[in-house]
Amino acid sequence: MKRIGRNLMVAVLLAATSSIATAADTIKVGILHSLSGTMAISETTLKDTILMMVEEQNAAGGLLGKKLEAVVVDPASNWPLFAEKARELIAKEKVDVVFGCWTSVSRKSVLPVFEELNSLLFYPVQYEGEESSKNVFYTGAAPNQQAIPAVDYLMNDIGAKRWVLAGTDYVYPRTTNKILEAYLKAKGVKDDDIMISYTPFGHSDWQSIVADIKKFGNAGKKTAVVSTINGDANVPFYKELGNQGISAEDIPVIAFSVGEEELSGIDTGPLVGHLAAWNYFMSVDAEVNDDFIDGWLDFIDDEARVTNDPMEAHYIGFKMWVEAVRKAGTTSPSAVQDAIIGVAVPNLSGGIATMMPNHHITKPVLIGEIQDDGQFDIVWQTPGTVPGDAWSDFLPGSRDITADWQQPLSCGNYNVKTGKCSGQNYE
Amino acid sequence: MPVSPITIRSWLLASLAGLSCLMATGHTLAATAADIESEFARTVTSLYADSYDEKASIAASLAEMEHPRVDLILSALIEGNLYRERRTDVIVIARSLDDGGYHLTDAVTGEDMGDVGRRGARKISVNNSLRRQLKGLVAGRQLNVGSPSDRIAAIEDIVNAGDEELSDVLRARAEKENDPDVLEAISIALIIFDLDAVDEARKLAAVEASATNLHPLVRRKLTAIAADESEVDELRAAAKTSLAEITRRVERYQMVETLFFGLSLGSILVLAAIGLSITFGVMGVINMAHGELIMLGAYTTYVIQTVFPNALEYSLLLAIPAAFVVSGLVGIAIERGVIRFLYGRPLETLLATFGVSLILQQAVRTIFSPLNRAVATPEWMSGSLQVAQGLSITYNRLYIFIFALLVFAALQAILRRTRLGLEVRAVTQNRDMARAMGIRNTRVDIMTFGLGSGIAGVAGVALSQLTNVGPNLGQGYIVDSFMVVVFGGVGNLWGTLVAGLSLGIVNKFLEPEAGAVMAKILVLIFIILFIQKRPRGLFPQKGRAADG
Repeated sequence: MKRIGRNLMVAVLLAATSSIATAADTIKVGILHSLSGTMAISETTLKDTILMMVEEQNAAGGLLGKKLEAVVVDPASNWPLFAEKARELIAKEKVDVVFGCWTSVSRKSVLPVFEELNSLLFYPVQYEGEESSKNVFYTGAAPNQQAIPAVDYLMNDIGAKRWVLAGTDYVYPRTTNKILEAYLKAKGVKDDDIMISYTPFGHSDWQSIVADIKKFGNAGKKTAVVSTINGDANVPFYKELGNQGISAEDIPVIAFSVGEEELSGIDTGPLVGHLAAWNYFMSVDAEVNDDFIDGWLDFIDDEARVTNDPMEAHYIGFKMWVEAVRKAGTTSPSAVQDAIIGVAVPNLSGGIATMMPNHHITKPVLIGEIQDDGQFDIVWQTPGTVPGDAWSDFLPGSRDITADWQQPLSCGNYNVKTGKCSGQNYE
Repeated sequence: MPVSPITIRSWLLASLAGLSCLMATGHTLAATAADIESEFARTVTSLYADSYDEKASIAASLAEMEHPRVDLILSALIEGNLYRERRTDVIVIARSLDDGGYHLTDAVTGEDMGDVGRRGARKISVNNSLRRQLKGLVAGRQLNVGSPSDRIAAIEDIVNAGDEELSDVLRARAEKENDPDVLEAISIALIIFDLDAVDEARKLAAVEASATNLHPLVRRKLTAIAADESEVDELRAAAKTSLAEITRRVERYQMVETLFFGLSLGSILVLAAIGLSITFGVMGVINMAHGELIMLGAYTTYVIQTVFPNALEYSLLLAIPAAFVVSGLVGIAIERGVIRFLYGRPLETLLATFGVSLILQQAVRTIFSPLNRAVATPEWMSGSLQVAQGLSITYNRLYIFIFALLVFAALQAILRRTRLGLEVRAVTQNRDMARAMGIRNTRVDIMTFGLGSGIAGVAGVALSQLTNVGPNLGQGYIVDSFMVVVFGGVGNLWGTLVAGLSLGIVNKFLEPEAGAVMAKILVLIFIILFIQKRPRGLFPQKGRAADG
């Protein structure tokens, strides 16, 4: 029924469009990133990244003999509007693929639309996991590709024994900290050695929390802070750390949401030496990265701009989609979904990223120390790449669940114990 | 590491230098000078190593050399200014240029090497542990030079580096040192080193002597000793006694610290609210754009710093009057353009000023971009004032607290001592009567609104030092400001002061127990209950003014 309805709708829309001929000549790429509102700071860059990739692809002769055409919409940092704009892109503009979203709530908002209309979304940001949709490709890091290796680094290389998990009070920090807490306890860390603290969005008065961290850190064991503090609340946090005389050498802070873009244009003095875990840094020493940076600075025409991890994720996602379309010989979402699994493309740190059956990709994990020029010095990295795990092994509910979108399983949350597939199983 | 052209080059350079020495002085002397030069050049060149451990040992051998450029190179390495030129592999000291490139100076010879592009040089990276060791090394070299305060800072760096070898440097210095403060710092430092001593008697003496020492390292080491099963019982018992004494002291200081945190948060609330207290309290105007006037003050600070990049230290002093004028003028424009048509209609005023606040936010987004702007903190506002060991107060908070009190005193003086203040109070008490007495109340309205708005701008200058300067800055403070004014009693400056400070203190004492989110909620609930009981706030206005 659903399919008939959809085809009918498509037919009606096709008939309604006057430019059928031109539509057939191009492949449309939808871009669903906020260009206004609070998230515009981060998302505008990603829109430009895809525009650059489209331009490069066209310069290299397009795809399947056709030119690519980017369709940009602005969901304005408004979560319900994300769903509306997604529908507009797929149903009205009839794009073949969408690159978009930043926050988890915006992704959750568009998810039903993509599943209903069976289209493709490439999601480029690190997130809390616990999801695998047939229609979404997660090119950012799952917790096991960022948070867990970061904790391992602190534990093994820095010798941290006491842990502060500090985060902003919303879904990503809460889920990540839940996973980390379970992981630390599995590693034999006692309750007394873990301190968890949540703060509201945009928190600026960090005096008491920093004093608490200081007190917690003076109890005889090496202490480290794992920070999922969001966006601009970080600046007063690091400032207060500096003012209260806590240096990165005493208590290192490792952040999961502080990247080059966030550091550009702020006074990085108090942040020097603190850490961040990502899958890509602008300072990565690789030919392909230098070329990408040159291309980006050229495209954006501003020498002061930086590149960051979600941009790399979009770079990989776009290349993978192009590969999969070539392989399938068509842009039809179902064909691309089948073709893209196993597709391998170079990432920007000199390695290879492969699309896994659970719609996550393989990524290297890098730990960088913040430098005074707002760049990161890579101090540690995983020897190879780490495959993304959609369902964390450290949460009781999700331990037994796997995602595999290949036949015969074709399921995003398959419980190996009960042998049942629940939800998200359209078609 | 393969022998690169640079190694040969620096040897050549070094031998050249040696040659000139040879001609000038004598044979033997010149040979050693040339040796030192070439050894130095080789060591510097090898700094571009793969592992941090390797870099650390190279830096340590560099620190032992008697060469005039050693300090320069070590501090360049700490500050991340040491690079390797990409084509020639020469180790260079780089200075960043505005276009993303670098200006290079040869690290070994000090020779100017001109400018290169962004990709022309690779940084010699340092990590935290290397940085700490380097600081210790530099401190060890600086212990014999500089002023007493420099020496004390160097001693602190040595303690933090925890390098056992440097304790000998300290002992050597103690014999020569005359300054009593430096001597005391050295003896404390030596006690900390003795906590790791192999000799049991020395260790025990150090543990006992540590009871009054609140240095964080001491606490960390004592806890480790007390928990270590392999230590002698006597030592562990002593460690526990010392720890108990330290904990007692620390807890006492923590009370003081929390009180200060509360006063500091309170002073920010007072600063943000006091302008509103005038416009809302005295004039009865609900100005939802008050937060944006604060934001404009913060942006004024940014503009002042951008226009006078060289006067960073004084930029804040300059920004205070500038922000007062900017926010004051915008306030007057709002009053003339919107509010004056709406006097006596609080709901319409509320909506209209809310609209104004959105317009101001978007205007700032358009002019300055939606990104946060970086406002630099001058040197005198960074760091903290050590009141006692284990108790320090951050300078920025201290100055802002004093500043809030000054602003309050100034406002009080204006309202009590000037003609404008007299007129404002008259209009507040009875608008019609004041008019009948010949007071031009239009003028008074303009001046009062300008004053309240200007004070908001001044608050913005202070806030620019604490929080992010962005288009949303004001929104974070508008609710808090109204809360303080309503709680303190509408139209009463003293009420605003007391309410702001007490809310700050209550919040900070709740925060460690309840968490930051919960503390805010509890304070809000408390205020709601309080307003139920006393609708006019802490200090209600009495008499006729209250009927207005």
